[in-house]
Formats: sequence, structure tokens, C-alpha cells
Amino acid sequence: MSATPVTTARPKVLIDTTMRNGLIVLLILFVFNSLMTPNFLQMQTLSVNISQVATIAIVAIGMTLVIAAGGIDLSVGAVMALSGALAPLVFMSDSLQASPVLAVFLAFAVALSAALLCGLFNGYLISHLGVQPIIATLILFISGRGIAQVLTNGNLQTFDYPAFSVIGTGKFLALPVQGWLMLFLAAAVYWVVSKTPFGRYLLALGGNEKAALLSGVPVHRVKIGTYVICSLLAGIAGLIVVAINSASDAARNGELMELDAIAAAVVGGALLQGGRAPIFGAVLGAIIIQLVKYTLLANGIEDEVALIAKAGIIVVAVYFQQSVKE
Amino acid sequence: MLNNDGFDLRRYLRSDMQSVGAWIALALLIAFGLLRYENFGGAYNFSSFLNYNAMFIVISLGMCFVIMSGGIDLSVGSVAAFSSVVAAYLSPHGLSVAMFGGVAAGMCFGAVNAFFIVAMKIPPFIATLATMLAAKGGALVISDAQTIAIDWSSSFTVLGMQQAWGILPWTIVVTLLIALCLWLVLEHTSLGRTVLALGGSEDASVLMGLSVYRAQIFVYLLSGACAGMAGVFLASGFGAGQPLEGIGWELTAIASVVVGGTLLTGGKGSVLATIAGALLLGLVFNILNFENGLGTINLSAYWQMVIRGGFLFVVILLQARVSRPLQPH
Repeated sequence: MSATPVTTARPKVLIDTTMRNGLIVLLILFVFNSLMTPNFLQMQTLSVNISQVATIAIVAIGMTLVIAAGGIDLSVGAVMALSGALAPLVFMSDSLQASPVLAVFLAFAVALSAALLCGLFNGYLISHLGVQPIIATLILFISGRGIAQVLTNGNLQTFDYPAFSVIGTGKFLALPVQGWLMLFLAAAVYWVVSKTPFGRYLLALGGNEKAALLSGVPVHRVKIGTYVICSLLAGIAGLIVVAINSASDAARNGELMELDAIAAAVVGGALLQGGRAPIFGAVLGAIIIQLVKYTLLANGIEDEVALIAKAGIIVVAVYFQQSVKE
Repeated sequence: MLNNDGFDLRRYLRSDMQSVGAWIALALLIAFGLLRYENFGGAYNFSSFLNYNAMFIVISLGMCFVIMSGGIDLSVGSVAAFSSVVAAYLSPHGLSVAMFGGVAAGMCFGAVNAFFIVAMKIPPFIATLATMLAAKGGALVISDAQTIAIDWSSSFTVLGMQQAWGILPWTIVVTLLIALCLWLVLEHTSLGRTVLALGGSEDASVLMGLSVYRAQIFVYLLSGACAGMAGVFLASGFGAGQPLEGIGWELTAIASVVVGGTLLTGGKGSVLATIAGALLLGLVFNILNFENGLGTINLSAYWQMVIRGGFLFVVILLQARVSRPLQPH
């Protein structure tokens, strides 16, 4: 076991070194695309990229919290599938056709309650039973998507329901609604991390769990809290994906999202050992990953090669972080 | 307060009981199957069950060593897919060339993992995650995202489609040989003991002057090679190299290792119990299929994942008694 780094929590610094490096990378990508990629500086390109980055970023924010407390959550993709499968089941049910407002409200409530339960389940196993996070969240990773498929009988649920689809296809100030939602959620979580006792506890816990426990941090509750928030955010992302597609596919929704989210969090400056929660870093990480993918695709490089590039980004990002730490 | 780093005899005994428990559960499940289903013990079910599960056993064996050393290897599924494509391309040259090529391809990814982890000090979780993506991309690139048919006239098909002595699939024979070698390595070589010591405490192992790096390089090369072999089995058994296969295999392998009683914190584990764990997970499916066949229940394929997750949950609940969390006074 390597020694846990005791990092001092400095949540007030909005732009640290990792963030600055990230912004430089982003700038290089932006300039490169402006010069090389046709139609890059178009409103439509921006919209497409924002709508794709929003779901990754929203999940990555939650993942950053979990990682900051020294954990990991592999179940986010499965939670997305579950919440995405539940919502259409609710608002398409016959008894609710009379009142669309109630139907959409209930759809959100049911889907997010399911996500909340998933978070409680993960958190309880990890905090109270002491199961390692990888294993505990593996349970829902395996069975969560299965539950979603059982609920929908494995069928693709298509729908035409504008009141619900607005979270995926709507525009506000000419930009996709989910982009604004992403910024709002990031700001809210940032506030929680930097201004509330929960945030302090979280960083203390990730820095050194034993020390946090001995100094009276409610370790169990804080741990459960991170997993609940992470699952809720994944639930929201699942709803957005379903809304974008006007269809819910339990087999595909959120597939491999855990990898994207972890990658975005790590590129954004989260330390896997815990103790740092760069929330806007996660958003930045998601944007960088998305932009690299877009750059490669727009310049005719295949999707498969883009995967390899993503692998390279992760390794380089973590390598630099390790060296910064030492 | 419990001392989590210290040696705890009670915990040691309990975790040993779980390895035995896996075999007892396996025996009970087999007895149940034999009594309940007519064809359960038949030659066809026996050999097809073993043939299908050979690839999961073999990646679980590699994973077992990685986990015992305190690491994790998430890349095994995509590496198996990559190797299956390599083996399919090499199949016209015969079994030995295809098998060697597939395993060598797997070892290359294992070497990359080892380099990231040992030389660059990247945490295993992240390093192998990156290799997972790279292997997946690589498999799609070299196969052009198509399944690659094997040469049906070559000796390559023997491995995945024929049985030794008319009953035991060749894949399981190879798997058992690998398991025997690994058992010998683990129990009777200094390398094997170093792997366990490393998982117990890396700092202590370094201070004791054990060749920690050698052990780390070994486990990741081994895991890569095992994943490569699983890919060879896949190509030979299904008649094609499958670049899109292998999704979630790493988690099946981790689950098998955990069910077998290897603690995820490292430092403890058993080759035999890992085989029991993999067989147990496979058997749950097999029994479910028979139950569906009887018509008593009608569970769709989607239930299988739910049940597999539930099974893992039960095992974890039992195991939670072994490794308790930090508790306030």
C-alpha cells in the first residue's frame, strides 16, 4: 500500500495548475480545429458538441466527488440505463395520458428515485459493509442494465413526447438546454464542495480516511452522500440521452460511460487516491475528451483510432499528475 | 478498533473457509442439477459447458494473480477480443502458430500494462483502463470491424471444437494445464510467494528486499497471456475472430476471483478456488437455462445479468464478514 498523500484542501482556488494545463490544451485544440476542420466555427457544430459533452460532464462531476472521497463508481452507465428505461414507462402509461405535466413530473421522480436507491445501495455496501468500491459498484454494473432490460423486455421504447424531450432537444439562448443544465449542476456541486461542511468532510475523507474518522468526520454518511449524488447525476444524464434520441434503449444507454466519466475526471485533475475535487476540471476534462474525439472524426480518422487516442490522453494526464504530486 | 493492516487469524480462517465454501456450493449446485434435470449430466451439456467456460476460467486465473498482487487488470476483455482476431488471421498456419500468435499478442498488451504500472507509476486501474480502450480500438482497426473467419480446414478448429478422449474439450485440458503450472508457481516458487507478499503490503515487500518489480511485471504479463489464450479459445470455439466480443469479461473475471474467496485487497488467494468461482458463476446460467427448458419459469436472457449481479451480492455479503470496515470505537 502506498502512503496516502495528505493534501491540504484548497477549494477556493478555481484555477490551479492542472486546470491551467487543461485550458491550454483546450485552446490548442480550438485553434487547430478553427484552422483545419471545415465548418468548425458554426453554431451547429457547437450545439452538437455541447449536447454530446453534457451527459459525459454531468456524470463526470459525480464521479469526481466519488473519486475525491477515495472511491470509484462503475455503475453509472447501468444507472443511466435504468433511469432512462423507467421514465418512458411512466409517462407513456395509459393512466397518465390525461395530464402531461403530472406525467413528466412523475417520470422524473420515479427515474431519479431509482437512481437514488442505486446510490444508497452502493454507498451502504461501501461504508457499512466495507466492500471495496470496485466490487460493490460492480454488482449494479452487472445487474442494473439487466433490470432495465427486464423492465422494458429488452425492447426499444420510442416516443414522441415534447414535454419530456425538452431536456435533450430544447434550446435556451440558442444553446442546448443540457449544456445549461451541465453548468448549473457543476456550479451547484462546486458550491457544495467548497462552501458546505459536507464538502470539507469529503476532502478530508479522501485525504486520509483514518485521520478523518478520528477527527469526528461522519465517514459513513459522507461516503453514502457521494455515491447518492453520483447516481442522481447519472440518472439525470440517462434521462437526457433518452430525450435526445426520443427513444430509450436499455442495452445501449450509458454503455461505457463509466470509462468516459473516469477519464474526464482524471483529465480534469481528480487524484485517484482521493482528496481533490476539481468539479469544473471534470467539465473541462469532458470537453477535452469530446473535442479530441470530434477533431479526429471530423478529420476523417476512424472511431477505432479515436479510442486509442483516448487511451493515450488518459495515460498522459495521469502521468503528469503523478509527477506533479511527487 | 480493528487493526486493518495486522495479521488476523480469525479473518484468515474465515477467508479460507470461503474457498472451501465455493467448492461446496459448486457441489450442491451440481447435485441439484443432476437430480432435477434429465440431460444435465449428459455428455453434451458437460462438454459444451466446460468448453464455453474455459475462456472465463483462463482469464480469471490471470486476474487472480493480478488481484493477489494488489492490482487490477481491466483490459482482459478487449485483449481477448484482439487476440481472437490475431489467432483467426494466423489460423491457416495451423494450431500452434495461431495459438502462439494469440498469446503473444496478449502478452504485448500485458507488457504495455506492466510498463505503465512499473515504470510510469500509473495506478493499475487507470493504466489497464487505457490499455482496454487501446486494445478495443486496435482490434477494430486490424479487423476492419468485421468478424474474421478462421480457416476451417486447418488444425486450429481442433482446439475449440473437439474433445480429448471424446468427452473433455481440448480448451479445458489446456486450461487445466495452465492452472496446474500456476498452482506450482504460486505455492512452490519464490516468485509466487513474492506476488502474495506484494499484495499483503507493498512497502513491507520492498523493505524485505523482495524483487517487487519482477513480480509486478510477471502478473501483468501473465494476465495478458491468459487473456490472449481466452481469445484463442474464442476464435477456435466460435469459428471466427471477434473484435466486438469481450465487453464486460474483466468484470466476470473479477467476480469469479472474488467468489472464489480471493480478497480484493490482495495478499491472499488460491488458483483452485478461482476455478471454482468461475465454474460457479457459469453454472448459475446453465441451471437457469435448464429451468427455462423445463418451463417452470420463463426468465428472459436479461434476467441472467440480474441474477449474476444478485449472486455476486450474496457472496459479497458473506465476504463482508471477512474484511470489516473501519469502525468508530
